[in-house]
Amino acid sequence: MALIYELIAQGVQMFLVLGIAPLMVGVTRKVKARLLRRRGPGLLQPYRDLWKLLHKEAVLAYNASWLYRVAPYLVFAVTWVTAALVPTYATGLLFSWSADLIAIVALLATARFALALAGMDVGTAFGGIGASREMLIASLAEPAMLLVAFTVALLIGTTQLSAIASHMIDTPVGLRVSLGLALFAFVFVGIAENARIPIDNPATHLELTMVHEAMVLEYSGRHLAMIEAAAALKLVLYFSLLTCLFFPFGMATGDKTFGALALGLVSYLVKITVLAALLPVGETTVAKMRVFRYPIFLGGAFAAAALAVFLLFVSRGF
Amino acid sequence: MPTIVGLCCVVAFIVVAVAAIALGRFGSGFRIVYAASAALSLIGLINALGQLLGGEAASSLILPVGLPWLGAHFRLDALSAFFLIVTNLGGTASSVYALGSGPHEASPLRVLPFFPAYLAGMNLVMLADDAFTFLVAWEFMSLVSWALVVAHHRAGGNTRAGYIYLIMASFGTLCLLLAFGLLAGPQGGYDFAAIRASHPAGATAALVLMLVLLGAGSKAGVVPLHVWLPLAHPAAPSHVSALMSGVMTKVAVYGFIRIVFDLLGELPSWSSLVVLAIAGATTVLGVLYALMQHDLKRLLAYHTVENIGIIYIGLGLALAFRANGFHAAAALGLTAALFHVLNHALFKSLLFFGAGAVLTATGQRDMEHLGGLIHRMPQTAVAFLIGCAAISALPPLNGFVSEWLTFQAILISPQLPQGPIKLMIPAVGALLALSAALAAACFVKAFGVSFLGRPRSAQAEHASEVDQISLFVMFVFAGLCLLAGTLPGFVIDLLAPVVQALAQERLPEQAGLPWLSIVPIAASRSSYNGIIILAFLICSGTLTALFIHRFATRATRRSAIWDCGYPDRSATTQYTSSSFAMPIRRVFGATVFRVRERVEMPQPGDRRAARFYVRVFDPAWFIVYGPLTRLIDSTAGRLNQLQFLTIRRYLTLTFVALIVLLLVVAAWR
Repeated sequence: MALIYELIAQGVQMFLVLGIAPLMVGVTRKVKARLLRRRGPGLLQPYRDLWKLLHKEAVLAYNASWLYRVAPYLVFAVTWVTAALVPTYATGLLFSWSADLIAIVALLATARFALALAGMDVGTAFGGIGASREMLIASLAEPAMLLVAFTVALLIGTTQLSAIASHMIDTPVGLRVSLGLALFAFVFVGIAENARIPIDNPATHLELTMVHEAMVLEYSGRHLAMIEAAAALKLVLYFSLLTCLFFPFGMATGDKTFGALALGLVSYLVKITVLAALLPVGETTVAKMRVFRYPIFLGGAFAAAALAVFLLFVSRGF
Repeated sequence: MPTIVGLCCVVAFIVVAVAAIALGRFGSGFRIVYAASAALSLIGLINALGQLLGGEAASSLILPVGLPWLGAHFRLDALSAFFLIVTNLGGTASSVYALGSGPHEASPLRVLPFFPAYLAGMNLVMLADDAFTFLVAWEFMSLVSWALVVAHHRAGGNTRAGYIYLIMASFGTLCLLLAFGLLAGPQGGYDFAAIRASHPAGATAALVLMLVLLGAGSKAGVVPLHVWLPLAHPAAPSHVSALMSGVMTKVAVYGFIRIVFDLLGELPSWSSLVVLAIAGATTVLGVLYALMQHDLKRLLAYHTVENIGIIYIGLGLALAFRANGFHAAAALGLTAALFHVLNHALFKSLLFFGAGAVLTATGQRDMEHLGGLIHRMPQTAVAFLIGCAAISALPPLNGFVSEWLTFQAILISPQLPQGPIKLMIPAVGALLALSAALAAACFVKAFGVSFLGRPRSAQAEHASEVDQISLFVMFVFAGLCLLAGTLPGFVIDLLAPVVQALAQERLPEQAGLPWLSIVPIAASRSSYNGIIILAFLICSGTLTALFIHRFATRATRRSAIWDCGYPDRSATTQYTSSSFAMPIRRVFGATVFRVRERVEMPQPGDRRAARFYVRVFDPAWFIVYGPLTRLIDSTAGRLNQLQFLTIRRYLTLTFVALIVLLLVVAAWR
């Protein structure tokens, strides 16, 4: 009985992240539109878009291989599983121990690997440019992200996300220099990894500066729907990670009573909605960067996270 | 008993090698040679597995050959058993692979006799239990592999590769020779048991460590001693390249572990600092050079340098922990390193087999002339893709597990006392993180440019799938990569006796843990479960596909490439290998490589095509080897005058030398 209850709790998390992912994209788009003094589409527009794409015919190039057709499913499945393994409303879910923070980062790399290969499959210049730049961004962002993971792991003494969150709730570590630096680095990495301004523009099309869009340029129909859904899931995953690592308050830690779970759920939804609303505020205040300025942006994140790790190696007091 | 079986295998390999001289003259003689090699490697593999799993005590054997007062000592303990498993696994696979690819060999007599001899040499290094036997086996292995490197000596650059390899190998053996001289001490106790009993420590130990780092490092490909490796490994036939990259570098790692962890006693604490610094540099530089290559086999060879760096990071961490008395942490570092040894042997062999298949099918190693092979060679593509994902440390495959273990070892290092080591370890962690991400970029490039896209040459367009035997070997190794990635607990338990012997501690038993997850330290600290993740991926992927095919449309149409409305029919407009690496070259180029970019833009009216040249240099050449060669040249030039002296001066010189030496001896006494 307890196992079934645990399975349900895990299942709820799995479908929760999937269910709200397009909504969060809707919130960001709406807030961005309002900031630009536009009315903007409704909050549910991403759901409609996905549904529409799912019912459209998929057009494949003559020379598209099986990898091109499999990649969207693989990217979606990997992103979904990863998002389902990050604690959202409760810690200590049934499978939360099967991947720690380092494994989460590596799973995202698996999704990126598949997508970059898919971008190169048809053999277009745009696909290649997207894949090449995506791997450049990843090669700068992923180490920064791993160093953020190091910072948290050194501070708390574990890389398990569930354990980190419950430790942060039970024994608050207070304001730390290292955590501040890690948060700074995490936000930068999150912006880059989710293809947001100033690294990439999700609304772009037919620009030589596009990265993510260039990679998936040839996709259409249900394949594109999968990729869009995976991108939305990835955004929510980064929101969840941010709340889990830095602001876990409200999460159900001890006994999973109904009240605690409900509180956890509500606080999670509030937190990520706030994050989704904050993202476009940043996006509307800066301009898109040139490609060869990415290293400065991401190198800053890397340096901040590395500084945090060095400080913690010198003394746990930072 | 297992030692005798191991030795019998070595002798049988030599017999096969001699027989191969005769057999190579017949068209199908190669089948007998490779089948015999495969069978002998398999026996060696089973023998070593039995020794490691059976948990028997080390068995030794002394034969009355070699130095008269020493004899030849042989011993098979847990460490050599593990490395024999790696060696013979690679040996079996490449022998079987060669059964398939053998008919394509242009000059079989240049390869056939040396191949079994090479396997014999590597097996013998693992079995040797005294310095003399070890060095003879080591040098035998080096020389035979040199013969294999220059097998295709008429192909461009191969003789140069062989020459550089010969110099580096001799240098490495010289360092090991000096190291053993120091270890044996004035009494000349050359057998390992005597060295182990005397346990040299202090300054001698530190000096030995440096010599071994140079000696074994030059064979393993540690920066800056790696320069021969990307030249020599690709020059050999592909199944030998797989052995050289996948296995021989591990023999070098074995030599390092045997001397530093087993024979040496207490090491000064700064010694791990040196190992870690070199390892960190090796990791990042290796992968960055790999990214710049467009020769598929050379890319793989450069990437071996990176993996050696990862292995040495684990070993350096283990040294640091052991020097400070943290035996459990040392066990973790050592387990990570040994796990990566096995992993690298698996996926690097697989990738070299794949590259060999591409070479057989197209005659091309240059990725700029490949492309679209996923259509012509679908099965090779699948196996190669699995190898690429595994080497990029992507879960749920095996490369990730060993990197994850290394990261865990880094994360428990704040326990170490204050000192420079505490600043070195996070730096190494950052470098390892950087190299993990760059490796993924490197293999997106390797797979994307050669197997995806449109064919860039007629050979790539008309390639056909390789033979079934080669494919079988590749798929077995791909399966092993997946197996080691999803069930890592069993591998960790397999390594436990090795680690126990070297670090006086082992990781907790993993096989009994619920859901087959791995927990290197404690469940509250970190755990990983590859099989659950794989199951989740399969479930969610299938669920999604079913959902879409049930509730959405399955309609699909084939059409021309869209490419934003500007499709170009020429295959040259695709991203190439060098354009793929261009952003990373720009970012790291200024500091790491001396990149020379030159654009030749014709004047208006001039109808010549514009040209763009890029040259990437390995800085090891002009920072270390350039000045070194110039120094040797100028010294040799000065010494040359000694050849033209008169007899009187020669006699004077001899006399002066005698006096000086006598004075030295007198002062020393």
